[in-house]
Amino acid sequence: MIAHNGLYLIYLISAIFFIFAVKRLSSPNSARSGNYWAQAGMILAIFATLLVLPSRNDLGILTAGLLAALLGLLWGNFVKMTSLPQMIALLNGLGGFASALIGFAEMLHQSAYSFSSSAGLVIGCFTFSGSMIALLKLQNLYNKGRLPFFNLLNCLASAAVVLIWFQFSEVPTLKTVLLLGFASVVFGVTLTLPIGGADMPIVISLLNALSGFAASFIGFSLINIALIITGALIGASGMILAIFMTHAMNRNLFTVLFRKTQKNVANTDGKTQTAHTGSPQDAAFLMQNASKVIIVPGYGMAAAGAQHALKNMASILENKYHVDVKFAIHPVAGRMPGHMNILLAEAKVAYENVFSLSEINPDFETADVAYVIGANDITNPLAKTDSSSPLYGMPILEVFKAKTVFFVKRSLSGGYSGVENPLFFADNTLMLYGDAKKITEEITAQL
Amino acid sequence: MIFLLLISVFLLSCLVGYFVVQGVTPALHAPLMSVTNAISGIVIIGALKTAASAETFNIQEILSLAAIFLASLNIFGGFAISARMLKLFKKKER
Repeated sequence: MIAHNGLYLIYLISAIFFIFAVKRLSSPNSARSGNYWAQAGMILAIFATLLVLPSRNDLGILTAGLLAALLGLLWGNFVKMTSLPQMIALLNGLGGFASALIGFAEMLHQSAYSFSSSAGLVIGCFTFSGSMIALLKLQNLYNKGRLPFFNLLNCLASAAVVLIWFQFSEVPTLKTVLLLGFASVVFGVTLTLPIGGADMPIVISLLNALSGFAASFIGFSLINIALIITGALIGASGMILAIFMTHAMNRNLFTVLFRKTQKNVANTDGKTQTAHTGSPQDAAFLMQNASKVIIVPGYGMAAAGAQHALKNMASILENKYHVDVKFAIHPVAGRMPGHMNILLAEAKVAYENVFSLSEINPDFETADVAYVIGANDITNPLAKTDSSSPLYGMPILEVFKAKTVFFVKRSLSGGYSGVENPLFFADNTLMLYGDAKKITEEITAQL
Repeated sequence: MIFLLLISVFLLSCLVGYFVVQGVTPALHAPLMSVTNAISGIVIIGALKTAASAETFNIQEILSLAAIFLASLNIFGGFAISARMLKLFKKKER
């Protein structure tokens, strides 16, 4: 009993360590120590558990743990930063699946039906399959549009989960538990499959939250304070990120999950507008004579891996021509929260030069050049002016206020929203067609 | 009674999480996600507990071992990638 009271206390301490860890992540200066706090909390909890709980199969536990440690370290240290969203999606899914397996084991083990272990199983399975679909989409392995009748499918799948769940009143059998897990997996697939690529930051945050809540439910079932607190912490963090992202798109979670994206063609009133095409030489000339350049990266930069080329261009502009170069990042640029920040940091762009939406918007008025690389919807002025546009109300980076705007893009097509960007046809806009990395390198060569 | 206590802990922790995460700058949202991924590996202590109470080589033990494997993958993968990302945010001398 004394040992178990001690264990309880240590679990509490490690949960508090995790809270400190997240707190320290709030500023770049203390962030690294945040990671150490989290590691300390984890080591404490694991070793205390191993010391107190006698196990019948230490060899099996050791093998599973060490094998995973090796794989995890290789994975975490050698994965490319550009495939970070995929890794996060996979980690969400594996975390959820681990909770689901424990819920499964608990349901078979307990003498009476426990709501919390079945909730852990359901949420865990859902998180797992949802994350796998997100992973496929991030890898561009599945890019089809929406499923037919996807809302009907969602209803059916969720109804199946609920029906099977309510079957449990006695001790669950292996068959019913498996069925419940399977129905939850299917529900995860039907819910995430129709959601498009640019909504991925929201989906990943949501799945992150769910993997936390699954852990919390397992905590309820095992009466484990560390699981409950940590799960709630992760859940709250994921929910805040998801809500932050939906606000940045002026949408809400409901429309992201259950509504069709409006693929309406912009009303050009039949007149064909012409966009002005620029050349890398034009861009180089205008930028080296500018006093202030603001670079706006989007998913296209990540897809082309253009961050190093971009950094190179920025340093030459700064050091050779004494141009004030700033980077502007929209909260939903890219495929996960903070995607652009990480890629720029990887290319060694100092974070003092990277600004968020509200910080940078007043600057566009005095900027000579806005260099938009692989971004579209987040700069679309229709979001401010056209109340009939699906983008209306979304906060945008006001690049249209800059003297000259360069768009590095493959074509004139609309962004993810399907809405045409009138900025492409503005007199002060020059289009640079082609691969983001190649164009940037060509400009750099001219400097 | 104990369930009510646990629910209270859960709700208060959500509140603490809310206040703590509120302050995280958008630039650090990616490391925040990877660190929370790593600490979601805490379910490993649940798996250790179910493994301890399982009979040898029955389904419960296999499930627990699989959960230990997955949770450890989260812990090590998550902390490794977080450390790599956070290194990028080191203050540089100009």
